[in-house]
Amino acid sequence: MQQCTLTIWRGADARSGHWQSFEVPFEPGQSVLDGLRWIRVNKDPSLAIRFSCINANACKECMIELDGKTVYACTARMQPGELKLHPLSNKKLVRDLVTEIAPPAERFGAR
Amino acid sequence: MPPEAMRIETDVLVIGSGAAGMYAAIEAARHGSRVLLADRSLIGRGGATVMAQMTVAVALGSETDDASEYHLRDTLAAGRGLCDPELSALLCEEGPDCIREMDEWGVGWARKDGRITQAMAPGHDRPRCVYVDFLNTGPAVSKTLRTVVNKMDGVQRAGDLCVVDLLKHDGAVVGAAALHLGSGQPVLIMAKTTIVATGGLTRLYARNSASSNMGGDGYALALRAGASLIDMEFVQFFPIGHLAPRLIGMDPIMWDPFRYKLGGRLLNNRMEEFTDNYGVHENGKYVITRDAGSYAILKEVEAGRGSPHGGVYLSFQHCSESQLRDAFGPVIDRLAANGIDLTKQPVEVAPIAHYHMGGVKVDRAMRTDIPGLLAAGEAVGGANGANRLSGNAITEALVFGRQAGRTAAAANDKPVPDRADNAEALIALIAAKDAGRAVNTAELLQRLQTTMQRQAGALRNDASLRHALSDIDDVGDALGTDPAGAPQAFDMQRLDWFDLRNMLLVARVVAAAALRRTESRGAQRREDYAATDPAWAVNQVVTLDGEDLAIANAPAAREAAVA
Repeated sequence: MQQCTLTIWRGADARSGHWQSFEVPFEPGQSVLDGLRWIRVNKDPSLAIRFSCINANACKECMIELDGKTVYACTARMQPGELKLHPLSNKKLVRDLVTEIAPPAERFGAR
Repeated sequence: MPPEAMRIETDVLVIGSGAAGMYAAIEAARHGSRVLLADRSLIGRGGATVMAQMTVAVALGSETDDASEYHLRDTLAAGRGLCDPELSALLCEEGPDCIREMDEWGVGWARKDGRITQAMAPGHDRPRCVYVDFLNTGPAVSKTLRTVVNKMDGVQRAGDLCVVDLLKHDGAVVGAAALHLGSGQPVLIMAKTTIVATGGLTRLYARNSASSNMGGDGYALALRAGASLIDMEFVQFFPIGHLAPRLIGMDPIMWDPFRYKLGGRLLNNRMEEFTDNYGVHENGKYVITRDAGSYAILKEVEAGRGSPHGGVYLSFQHCSESQLRDAFGPVIDRLAANGIDLTKQPVEVAPIAHYHMGGVKVDRAMRTDIPGLLAAGEAVGGANGANRLSGNAITEALVFGRQAGRTAAAANDKPVPDRADNAEALIALIAAKDAGRAVNTAELLQRLQTTMQRQAGALRNDASLRHALSDIDDVGDALGTDPAGAPQAFDMQRLDWFDLRNMLLVARVVAAAALRRTESRGAQRREDYAATDPAWAVNQVVTLDGEDLAIANAPAAREAAVA
């Protein structure tokens, strides 16, 4: 097993978040979403990430920023070394890596 | 009612926005209903529909002469005597209508010479399956319905709304109480009619081919509201789900279309074809059925002849590079990006939970036993009996969704209910303060999935099912009766807690029904009762009696009834 350091922006207020690092074991080929799901089961179940389809890149819900670039967590891969994960900076923050990505007409409470 | 819960009113509440939910919303709205289309995630993105790759079975008669009676005959045969023929007939009779309407809406069914192409699929007596670009059926269906929904004035969409329980008054369902994930706050939805369109339960299993939001929540909602579930022991496993090497950006059931085209060889760790040991002679062709394939693979692994990750090998090494390129097209490049070269290596495959035949018991109008409550799509049980014919899932979603919308609209003239007996208790549950317990909900969820996969999966026996029931109780004890997490925006532990509350109940139903059915039939494979027993040609109907499950046998509706 190789090790990847996932350094993740945490918080529910865009002005007062913090970075938190997790050492994640992985097999080559595994996705960043695999790593985030591993963290939730093994280290911190409170880590927030939005996804539905896990693997197929069909739901398009797991968009985040990886080292400053927008990616799908389900198709970006883990690798040895550090990866910095941040919520989408052009969307309203909800918590941790979750942002408000639904079109306005679908947002409950926005009305 | 306490003022802190937001309260909204609608004619029709649709829970779930896959194909069934979206079609229901469209149909109800065009018959004059105000509809709230709620989904726990984004609208029309999650669920099973978007994952569908291949075929939609429908007797269009566009390629060869066909009629719904022939489709029905094949559906009933696949269901091994347990189909509700009324529901199966509805699926087969109205399928062509819905497929043509989808065509008018621009879904883009594959065509040849102007006619919609229909492919042959296992279990069908003639080419009957329409598709979009072979691997794009589900996304195209989802997108088409999303576009129609977006244009309908009568449909209000509400994402991030996770329904926790149905509201009841005077024995009827009068709406639902939900957790709004965006704020962590409770919401009450008062509705004349509520439609459960939440899909299946494949998330109960460690290996599954559907979205993470298919945890069987609709079954739990219906059961707790007093409705009946039927055929819950019949979980369809897809035998050759991708296992290793890690393959991302593709659905794990992707090998199926390619086995149709190229055959492919199933090999054990001695690199020998092994299905012959189980009475199926493949000789490089794809002939093994889903239940027999799952059985053979799991038995090979059990005998110590499995692949490193606990499955078997699927090899296309007998094919040339150009054959592979012809059959796989651009997919070859996507495989290469995952480090997979099929000319040089086999892949590992293993059974994967794929679809649920069982579900909420309804009549032909999609009405449950409880006034005000309908169900639609995979959430419904009965149309597919003990085993689903390939291609029937999307058809079922479209037809049953449309029917549920129609039935709901017919109840428009009654007033919106204004009270619910259980509203305050549900608001208190959803808004409960952080109990401060350290419980790892994600780990508990994984424990449940692991035990269901091992003990109540494609192969079962008395001991394994009792083991599953005991593990389910243990996870339930660890979960506790107070919600984990806090009533705040996107608290994953709170969401897990409510998910597990449903998943544990539904897992218990599946395991208990599987334990009670002492025979093998369709998707239920009992190692200790390997034969089909004619005395078990009955449906099991499950209801909730307080905290306990009540399971009764109901004679399967005779197939002759529709002949």
